[in-house]
Amino acid sequence: MGKPVLYVTGLADVDDIQTLAALSILSHVAKKTAEYDTSILATTSRAVTFSAAQEVVRDAFTIAGRPDSFSVESVRYISDDQFGYAAGVDGMMVREQPAANFYMGKFYAESLIFAETGYATGAIQIAGTAQANQLPFFVAACDYTLIGEELFAASAYLSGDPLQVGSLRGQDVGKAIVMVVLVLASFDATLQVLFDWSFTSYLGALLS
Amino acid sequence: MKRQIPLLITFLSGITLVIQYYVLPLNWIGKTFAGWFQAITAFAYVLAAISLFAVNGKKIRDRAPGWLYNIVLLVSLTATLYMGLICDFIGLGYPGYQPIDEGTAFDWMFQYIYNPLSATMFSLTAFFIASASFRAFKARSIESTLLLSTAFIVMIFRVPLGEYLWLKVMPDGWSISWFIDTFIMGGFNNAGQRAIQISSAIGLISVSLKIILGVERSYLGGE
Repeated sequence: MGKPVLYVTGLADVDDIQTLAALSILSHVAKKTAEYDTSILATTSRAVTFSAAQEVVRDAFTIAGRPDSFSVESVRYISDDQFGYAAGVDGMMVREQPAANFYMGKFYAESLIFAETGYATGAIQIAGTAQANQLPFFVAACDYTLIGEELFAASAYLSGDPLQVGSLRGQDVGKAIVMVVLVLASFDATLQVLFDWSFTSYLGALLS
Repeated sequence: MKRQIPLLITFLSGITLVIQYYVLPLNWIGKTFAGWFQAITAFAYVLAAISLFAVNGKKIRDRAPGWLYNIVLLVSLTATLYMGLICDFIGLGYPGYQPIDEGTAFDWMFQYIYNPLSATMFSLTAFFIASASFRAFKARSIESTLLLSTAFIVMIFRVPLGEYLWLKVMPDGWSISWFIDTFIMGGFNNAGQRAIQISSAIGLISVSLKIILGVERSYLGGE
């Protein structure tokens, strides 16, 4: 009890949608920590993300009715450098011993450095990224992992707003359409290889 | 107003950037916006630096656990700023050279302090991969056994020793590299990665639309 929650927003700046999704989730996490009167340590590797994260956490504490619990130390800018950031966050994990670690946003080679250090400290770990190459590391070392689109869906799910939750249905329909197109395109490509004829080549010949 | 103005800026910027991407004569707008973003970033760095000094300064003042590391951080930050910015500005730099040019003190710090430190952190990944693999590759179920055996094949036969042993044991023409490239990496691995990438792209489009239209606002705080 009394241990902080660590939130890592990844390496990208706010012009990356993964970082915006991370900030949206940070808003919900910060609100929850404020409600339970637990401290939060949000770390950023970009200056603009730092400013945005500070506003997000401050507002979350205000909404939770505990504006006085917000401290400027709750949101920290560490470094723009990839491994400088990794070293800084690892140091925080070891010194502050957070009870829960959140890794949300865009990650590269530092993903496993975070996740394994967090595992060694015994924290509950939740990760989320759309970087397909880093997902195996998070899956191996974290308790829960938001895979790809789940990172983008998490904020809508947590908000409980019908309009946002409804948009998830739209995403599912989009995926279904892509799946159907992929199956049809694969069938068409197979026809081309086997019989040197396909619907697309037939349509192309008709139109030309 | 605190909420409405950022939402209006987001909407106008988002729509404009989408349009300029598809209309080639308007591409200059995207470059102008990128320049503005750089200018905003420069101001944000001042805030970030103030935060660094405030947070680390407080820890040093309070003699918090590990406060010596905070001193190292602030001294490094100040020394790097001095070498790269102030030193040249007050005329103590290398006349005719930029701070990032080869042979300057700033370049020396980069080559002999920054690079080895970065390499040290990166090299930790090798040990972390070993410990994570040890936990992940355990034959607890059918799925994890399949993962374990696939990982074993890829790891063993992707290194020269594995290929050498394979060629010694198996007849000519039986290529393990071809099998790994075609079926494991090009088949199962590619299919899985592409499924994640396609669904991520759809999620990304959905979130982008929600942000541009102001439906998703929690990234601004206060929602």
